[in-house]
Amino acid sequence: MKGNEALAHAAIRYGADGYFGYPITPQSEVLETLEELMPWETTGMVVLQAESEVAAINMVYGGAACGKAVFTSSSSPGVSLKQEGISYIAAGELPALIINVMRGGPGLGTIQPSQADYFQATKGGGHGDYRLITLAPSSVQEMADFVGLGFDLAFKYCTPSIILADGIVGQMMEKVVLPPQRPRRTDEEIARQCPWAVTGKPSTRKRNVMTTLELEPSAMEVINNKLQEKYKLIEENEVRFQTYDTDDAEYLVVAFGSIARICQKAIEDAREQGVKIGLLRPITLWPFPKDEIDRLSQKVKGILVVEINAGQMIEDVRLSCHDRVPVYHFGRLGGMIPDPQEVLDAFFNHFPEANKQ
Amino acid sequence: MKTEIIIAGFGGQGVLSMGKILAYAALMNDLEVTWMPAYGPEQRGGTANVTVILSDKQISSPVLNSYDMVVALNQQSLDKFEAKVKPGGVLIYDAYGIHRAPERTDITVKKIPAMDVCLEIGNTKIYNMVVLGAVLGMRDMLPIDAVTRGLKKTLPERHHHLIPLNEEAIRRGMELVK
Repeated sequence: MKGNEALAHAAIRYGADGYFGYPITPQSEVLETLEELMPWETTGMVVLQAESEVAAINMVYGGAACGKAVFTSSSSPGVSLKQEGISYIAAGELPALIINVMRGGPGLGTIQPSQADYFQATKGGGHGDYRLITLAPSSVQEMADFVGLGFDLAFKYCTPSIILADGIVGQMMEKVVLPPQRPRRTDEEIARQCPWAVTGKPSTRKRNVMTTLELEPSAMEVINNKLQEKYKLIEENEVRFQTYDTDDAEYLVVAFGSIARICQKAIEDAREQGVKIGLLRPITLWPFPKDEIDRLSQKVKGILVVEINAGQMIEDVRLSCHDRVPVYHFGRLGGMIPDPQEVLDAFFNHFPEANKQ
Repeated sequence: MKTEIIIAGFGGQGVLSMGKILAYAALMNDLEVTWMPAYGPEQRGGTANVTVILSDKQISSPVLNSYDMVVALNQQSLDKFEAKVKPGGVLIYDAYGIHRAPERTDITVKKIPAMDVCLEIGNTKIYNMVVLGAVLGMRDMLPIDAVTRGLKKTLPERHHHLIPLNEEAIRRGMELVK
């Protein structure tokens, strides 16, 4: 099935309580698949096409405040509209899952694939000092798997997480093993798991107040410090990445999402020519696998960062390896997708000494 | 075993669904598979193409720069992808609407009158299945029963009575390249 369809199936099977979205290419199949599967008749999950992206993210905000497992999906221009709500959800320390199947921008841009929302997702696209746990799937299987992972991490840390996919992995069809169907949590289970949630005040406890406003700066600083401590904990515990052929690598390619697979093919081709390149694929873009890149940069001669944007993740790669080795960028823009040969050409262009032919 | 195929033509010729049936047939035969469409407005009358990779190992890139087999169903697709057939690979095209024939000599070129077959059968909607038959006939990659199961999986049940017609179209396509 398609990556977008896998997202929908996986969310129902996770036992999600609600989806609020608004259609946009190239992720409309998420909403379409949910409508087709009609989970409100089986698990009781709510599926709602909101009047706009802004409405959808605020419905997610409301659902999350009640301790429900709620999510939304969109593509780049739509995710820009959601940024205010995302900042509020992060400030309210609420668990929620956001999905961005990226297309080319800026502006209305194109409907073709892109990775140009890396900064927006990893650096906090809305206002204020907050972070999103950012998962970058590279296959349809990971589209399915990261729904559960995204929700689990969001609930573990009471913070929103985002699946940062692209049009390729959204539209591509592959073999996928879906997770087993789990029941939705009962109201009692939610009250136990989320004692902070606004679930209706019984006489036995104080009321739960959900607000992101604090006019007293010293108190607001305490809130901010608490958030930063949480982000530090996530950085220490939740870094995920995959390496490929890095053991004997003389050069390193860093790429995420579907582009990492195009790079993997380029590396396979390079190895047939006797050129030893390894690949590091960050799975979490935040927290970023900076320690592993730092470690690998001590044994390679150079790094090529491949992303379909004008150079965004390259900044994190450079910070991770302290510019110990030359770090170059290769990317296509506007929805163009490089093929493995273009990646290899770019590699040899930057590292001509690696060419053994 | 790995086969890398691109199917390209006009939107409406059934390019994407042909790729989908091929992909599902591979899935039924326990192969790894990727189906990567060129999506977007070109589905409505412009050019459409889909890359299908079948393999007994895990597949890395779903996007390729050269192919074992190119299926070109209009002139633009032939012009664009002829150069991208791997040496020794296969190029299948329908002469219907083609005014410049392929020129490569280091590959196997098969001209198939798929549209003529459709007109004989009396149904142009099965055009893509005739072409699929030719694809399957060129390379021994999938048994016919896997394709039938792929069809069953892809077609909504209300159309399952059309499966015998589709099977006939596939058989006729296979005969074209014998």
